[in-house]
Amino acid sequence: MREVAIIGVGMNKWGELWDKSLREIFIEAALSAIDDAGIDRIDSMYIGSMSSGLFTEQEHIASLLADYLGVAPIPSARVESACASGGLALRQGFIDIASGISDVVLVGGVEKMTDVTTGGATFALGTAADQEYECYHGVTFPGLYALIAKAHMHKYGTTREQLAMVAVKNHKNGSKNPLAQYPFEITIDDVLKSPLVADPLRLLDCSPITDGAAAIILCTVELAKKLKKDPIIKIIGSGHATDTIALHSRDDITWLSATEKAAKKAYEMAKKTPEDIDFAEVHDCFTIAEICVTEALGFFEKGKGGEAVEKGLTALNGKIPINPSGGLKSKGHPVGATGVAQVVEIVKQFREEAGERQIKNARIALTQNMGGTGGSALVHIFEKE
Amino acid sequence: MITPQRYWREIPQRYRLEAGKCKKCGYICFPPRLICPKCKNREFETVRLNDEGKIASFTIIRVPPEQFSDLSPYAIGIIELNDGVKILAQIVDCDFEELEIGKRVKVEFRKIRSEGEAGIICYGYKAVLLE
Repeated sequence: MREVAIIGVGMNKWGELWDKSLREIFIEAALSAIDDAGIDRIDSMYIGSMSSGLFTEQEHIASLLADYLGVAPIPSARVESACASGGLALRQGFIDIASGISDVVLVGGVEKMTDVTTGGATFALGTAADQEYECYHGVTFPGLYALIAKAHMHKYGTTREQLAMVAVKNHKNGSKNPLAQYPFEITIDDVLKSPLVADPLRLLDCSPITDGAAAIILCTVELAKKLKKDPIIKIIGSGHATDTIALHSRDDITWLSATEKAAKKAYEMAKKTPEDIDFAEVHDCFTIAEICVTEALGFFEKGKGGEAVEKGLTALNGKIPINPSGGLKSKGHPVGATGVAQVVEIVKQFREEAGERQIKNARIALTQNMGGTGGSALVHIFEKE
Repeated sequence: MITPQRYWREIPQRYRLEAGKCKKCGYICFPPRLICPKCKNREFETVRLNDEGKIASFTIIRVPPEQFSDLSPYAIGIIELNDGVKILAQIVDCDFEELEIGKRVKVEFRKIRSEGEAGIICYGYKAVLLE
């Protein structure tokens, strides 16, 4: 297997971008990544997008975007794994280079979510759950994560305030990220007084609906060295796993088994352990999700994720900073772009371009991206040489 | 919008709680499957799920999907039936304050929703408290 490096990243301001189309927001991010990498050649493209069809009535976007980027006829593929589509695109790009098929790959993610009503967006997102045995009964995504939250609180004593602390922490980080959709701080009280969406989850426990894209350029480490990139940023571990998409079919609804298994594979490939990770960008689509994810990644014991947030272990200056970018909660969650934007943050941190949210001396970092209630999960580990 | 053929083929599971019990390891698949996820056996007998169980988790949906807007707010639970199978269903005919993890429930045949003025009237299972 050939070693893979990241030599360019691109991401523009996220939010409700009513004046921009799917193709515009994607091409802006892709051009930023190409300019950042300073290359004039791309061998292939992988694009994560959960549901361009339901959100914009446009399928076949891999070719559309290759055309608009001016790189057709290169191979271009769209991959889908619900909210983990971006992470999956990253893995496909990694495999493409590691296998020797391509030398330079553009990995992107995009979701244009505000061309439909909130009801339309809720419906599109709902298709990541089991249509016949979950959605049929009127459950929503906040509802499914609320079921996880309720069970986690009952089993481990996780508190309502601890859930709020995840949102407060991520907004604090996001307030230092000018590209975030909601770059401002909130308080525990703000969270606890926001409207109930699905008990016990409130509006400020939920990530928002966002238009956005992100792109990165991968190449062989050999080529990155030839181009005199400094620092050399490598992908040293990649793990991917699946689980039932119906939450109720799992033995333990508080445990993210696919994330645990994807992490195990990534740790093995990278020859690292959870203790080696300096910081991580993880999938906090709801506050409870971040708590469960940090447990499944092995950062904290089962059931201790809530306590970890309360002790400040996951804060920017904590033992293991989680979501320095602001996470999905503050930065926004254009579903297909999220898994790629996580890598943009890793690269900015490694290059020490993260401004006020800069983590000092970080060398090893991890991203975790998941689909639905955890029916798919991607974990990647990165090293700064 | 649910089409008649899509609705019709789920009727055995939704109206009669029909499941597939693996003839080799005894694992009960709901809905029925073609291959057992536990032992990979492909032979099943059709069984009816036990219709009593307990609440494994629950929530109150306050921001519903459009088709459920006239019901909101409503309770949804994950129900662990006596035969070990877990299902997701609405929990009805109760005050929300009565709901607790571990409480006994029974699954009953109920109307789920109507598809507009002229569409399909969708039926299925909902849970009610036994205590």
